[in-house]
Amino acid sequence: MTRVSARRTLGWLVRGSLLGGLAFMIFGPLANLALWAVATQWYFPHKLPLAYGLRYWADVFKPTSDAFAALGTSIVIAIITVIVCLLLAVPAGYALSRSRLPWRGAILLILLLPQAFPSLAIYFNIARLFYTVGLNGTIAGVVLVHAVHGLVIAVWIAAAAFAAVDGELELAARNLGASPLRTARDVTLPLAMPGLVASAIFVFLESLDEFTGTYFVGVPDVTTLPLIMFTASIAGNYQIAAITALVLLVPSVGFMLVVERFFTAETLAKLG
Amino acid sequence: MREARYPLLLLVAPAVFLVLALFVYPLSLSVVSAFTARNGTVGLVNFEKTIELYSTDIVFTLLIVGVSTGLIAVLSAAIGGYLVLGTHRATVAALKWLYRWPLFVPFIVAAQCMRTFLAKNGMLNNTLDALGVIEAGQLSGLLDWRGIIVTFVWKETPFVTLLVAGAMAALDRATIEAARNLGASGVRILVEIILPQVAGAMLVGLILAFVTMLSVLSVPIMLSGGSPTMITVDMAFRVNSYSDYGVANALGLVSYVMAAAAAWIYVRRGMGPAGAA
Repeated sequence: MTRVSARRTLGWLVRGSLLGGLAFMIFGPLANLALWAVATQWYFPHKLPLAYGLRYWADVFKPTSDAFAALGTSIVIAIITVIVCLLLAVPAGYALSRSRLPWRGAILLILLLPQAFPSLAIYFNIARLFYTVGLNGTIAGVVLVHAVHGLVIAVWIAAAAFAAVDGELELAARNLGASPLRTARDVTLPLAMPGLVASAIFVFLESLDEFTGTYFVGVPDVTTLPLIMFTASIAGNYQIAAITALVLLVPSVGFMLVVERFFTAETLAKLG
Repeated sequence: MREARYPLLLLVAPAVFLVLALFVYPLSLSVVSAFTARNGTVGLVNFEKTIELYSTDIVFTLLIVGVSTGLIAVLSAAIGGYLVLGTHRATVAALKWLYRWPLFVPFIVAAQCMRTFLAKNGMLNNTLDALGVIEAGQLSGLLDWRGIIVTFVWKETPFVTLLVAGAMAALDRATIEAARNLGASGVRILVEIILPQVAGAMLVGLILAFVTMLSVLSVPIMLSGGSPTMITVDMAFRVNSYSDYGVANALGLVSYVMAAAAAWIYVRRGMGPAGAA
């Protein structure tokens, strides 16, 4: 009896410490970031900040600050990127979900290429290309770079969402006399909507968080929030870096927590 | 139905055009530029210079990304395995809730978190010191190659685990239960029954993670300032400081070759006798 309870206690100890260690490694970095966001005074060798306050928040969010302007730029770019991406990805995803599409394999391969090659060298070649046509340092240039990056996943998710739509329902609508366009608008699109919404949120986040492409293509005139965060971090302004990082973190974590609601089991099964 | 086939091509055409114009075309420019010297002659000058200046960084990059991929494989197998085989319900639920947090955290934010967490005076060292695991006197930060690996593993493990756990959940439970009834341990069931069946999904996840890690610029800059560093940092330096697109693109080509090698492993596995799954 005592041996059994000793084993049980040991099991609890092992499970507890492994889970606790994992929780510490996952939340520790986030907690350290949050501490920096509210620390007004913190230097070596003190283990915790010497003074707390929201002074730096006021600096970041005052309407004249660079960070506030960059947040606006980031949101504008992300919204336009979502529009561009969905305009391309919804029809493409629909076509790819139909097996009668000619050269389907080759088209899928082309659309997958941006995920198969490391993108950094692509970005500075795009920047060089954009420089000759005057797109460097413009919102349009940055949107195009973000759109290519987001397009792959957007098309994938859209194709999976359309593939999960029951073809019999579309056929029924057509048999009842609905035109192909009306069928698409009233049957196919509403059924695929959760997947398309997920795809839009995903593209929005990817654009909001994108750093490398903007770093090469956006200079010197387009400054997004990740660029502000990077500059602040390199300059040692840890409070500014931490606050801007938190602003970027909140939507990402929020999406992670709700993502399962957007993906039905059928959609996920067709992603592979 | 035949007349409905080709209009579908019009629907994919804009997306394909964008990828061709802003990915495939710059990719080919990058390859041409790598083989073109500054005076316009075609040759291997850029590669000679690349080897001379950056061979250490190339090896360093391969080691960091390789070790990270290995650690991600082990962790995702362990977490996914526990989610499928774990008998303690509360622990399974807690783990399922816990592992996904870094999933959509951008690399640049992860780098900033780790820059403070792994620093000499960061929360990791301070906590280990408070627990008595390490002496305050021998504290040193992890802001070097180790920091890059920790950040990569922290950020990419949830993604691969999501794919692996999804594939594991779809497996036939009967063989697993049969093995358990015959007295096989959890580890043995994981290694001998489950992992061979989900190897395809895991490999796809690992290759995507591998390619992503090869493209990240912010993490190596923010976590390890010194030399050796990763080739992404070298590429940015060649472009920004010298406008030396030749050497930068030669380094880019090295990164393509690394990614292609990873993809080749996947394709070869698909053709081999084990690739039936």
